[in-house]
Amino acid sequence: MSGAALASIIAITFALTPSVLYATFGEIVGQRAGIVNLGIEGVMLIGAAVGFAAAVVSGNSYVGLLAGAGAGIAFNMITAFMVIGRGANQLASGFAVYFLGGGISMLIGAKYIGSDVSGLPQLSVPGLGSLPHPWDQVFRQDLLVWLMVPLALTLWWVLFRTRWGLRLRAVGEDRDFSYAAGIHTGRVQVQALMIAGALYGSAGADLTLAYTKTWQDWLTAGRGFVAIAIVILALWSPRRAILGALLFSGAVALGIQLQAQGSPVSQFVLDMLPYVITIAVVLIWGRAKTFSVPAGLREVFAGTSK
Amino acid sequence: MTALAASWQRRGSYARWFGWALLGVLAYTVLILIYGKSPLHAFHEIWSSTLSSKYGLQDVLVRMTPLLFAAMAVAVPARVGQVNVGGEGQIFAGGLTAAWLVLTFASWPSWVLLPAMAVAGMVGGGLWAGIAGLLKARGWLSEVFSTVLMNYIAILAVSALVFGPWRDPTSSNYPQTREIAHAGRLPHFGGSRVDVSIVLALAVVAGFDWFLRRTRWGLEIRAIGGNPYAAGRNGVPVSRYVIVSMAVGGALAGLAGMAQLSALQFRLNPGLSPGFGYIGFLVSWLAGHNPRLIVPMTFLLAVLASSGDILQITQGLPSAIVNVLSAILMLIVLLGRTRTRPA
Repeated sequence: MSGAALASIIAITFALTPSVLYATFGEIVGQRAGIVNLGIEGVMLIGAAVGFAAAVVSGNSYVGLLAGAGAGIAFNMITAFMVIGRGANQLASGFAVYFLGGGISMLIGAKYIGSDVSGLPQLSVPGLGSLPHPWDQVFRQDLLVWLMVPLALTLWWVLFRTRWGLRLRAVGEDRDFSYAAGIHTGRVQVQALMIAGALYGSAGADLTLAYTKTWQDWLTAGRGFVAIAIVILALWSPRRAILGALLFSGAVALGIQLQAQGSPVSQFVLDMLPYVITIAVVLIWGRAKTFSVPAGLREVFAGTSK
Repeated sequence: MTALAASWQRRGSYARWFGWALLGVLAYTVLILIYGKSPLHAFHEIWSSTLSSKYGLQDVLVRMTPLLFAAMAVAVPARVGQVNVGGEGQIFAGGLTAAWLVLTFASWPSWVLLPAMAVAGMVGGGLWAGIAGLLKARGWLSEVFSTVLMNYIAILAVSALVFGPWRDPTSSNYPQTREIAHAGRLPHFGGSRVDVSIVLALAVVAGFDWFLRRTRWGLEIRAIGGNPYAAGRNGVPVSRYVIVSMAVGGALAGLAGMAQLSALQFRLNPGLSPGFGYIGFLVSWLAGHNPRLIVPMTFLLAVLASSGDILQITQGLPSAIVNVLSAILMLIVLLGRTRTRPA
């Protein structure tokens, strides 16, 4: 493979990663607090649609990003109300939120089909941005790409080095015990879901504002569900999540590059790769390491059909 | 009938059901108002072109078949505590294998070909879901995540085939296979659009109800659904039930794919299912995975889906309203079914 192709794959990989990684971050925070959120895909779609609409209207993609994150928080509060407020089944209400988000995002997006945005500005690192041609694009990325590592470290620090993070993890391990220990479990879980919502919304907005730059229905294409799989792969750690998200977006980028080079393999087979690879890696690498599952989640998966 | 009434009573009073229906209608009204249309006009339109017209009623019945199968694909594993989110992918998997069979053995007589297609569809869907069941039973990966991701793989597999090797060279505009042989088409009821697969679907629902109540295996399934740990302690092979229930659920979804191909579309294409698997999930949860409630709930959502298309055509309302409304309905029902826990 030529250097130019490699540089292009790496550049696309980085550009695609935030849309999965931020969703994964959000899901890690939520699951650490004991909530498996299948609604993630719907919240991402809402973030993508609202973010795109706000960017078109305001003409500024950063405004769009903020709007997407805000819409994500608001929409994720449906899950908070259902699951924390009323004790509804997490998986079923999550699925309903997914469906609802998909539908509402279509209603919002319908007005903006055909519109386009300038997209999040590309920021380059001084020095690295002026590398010879194929490699300069690798280091010209938008804000969300540059924030990936700082955000991972911040989340890790918050979850594992602060009192609030300790409480949040305690709630995820054993809700009743935490309640007995004097933690306001509902409040902690709502806070976790607000953070998660902002991250889902940003992930969705990243797709429309930095990648597609147009609106199309259901454009997240399962990225939210992939993010949930990456959470398992990352053993519920924000730092390891980066590797998982890079793996998925690397597979997408590889497919895009092979297609661009006129590969004889069907485009649809290449599109399958990210999902197949994600499942395969979770199975090979993640399955033996169930010790890191927040204990409260076992309750979610046992006898979940009520 | 008394058993039905009793089962309703257990899930809450008639008043509550009436309240939910009212909330659903209210939500629909609000959505229509948001788009600046007259709700009364819209509801009249829905009534006159779904339930009270012959063509409309046929449309509802035609939609019910895949939804019944898709709902059963969720309900069967759900009784063993499994959450099958992969109905959509299993419909495509079943459609794919059934299409392979009918395209390969087009010369078989109808009485061999149709059952063989049904079996092929069940094998395709069953294997696809069975993989997820196996992964779950081994404790490797929750079926929630494997099924939802496998949806995308199955749909892409169908696209890969119909854009590639299976593409009908004479239909340049649409990615689809050749038309299937006439022997491979399910008969319809006397010139109507309704085909015989709806009888099969209703029989499956009734059969599952009987199976749950009257057989040893049904008892064991209900035991696992009640308390998997206790059931395992009492010698019920829980993980075998997990795999088999997932495979059976997938097989039923596969039948939906086969029926769509054989009775309606006659060609495999990426539009085999416009989300029947997902709506089936909503149906099953709305019905509490109870076969006796699945039929009315399927009817309700089929009317809803049909009404969405009608309002799109006659009133220019976006069809996504139906998605929104189905989801709101599900959230309302889930709220009604919760037990309060400490906050």
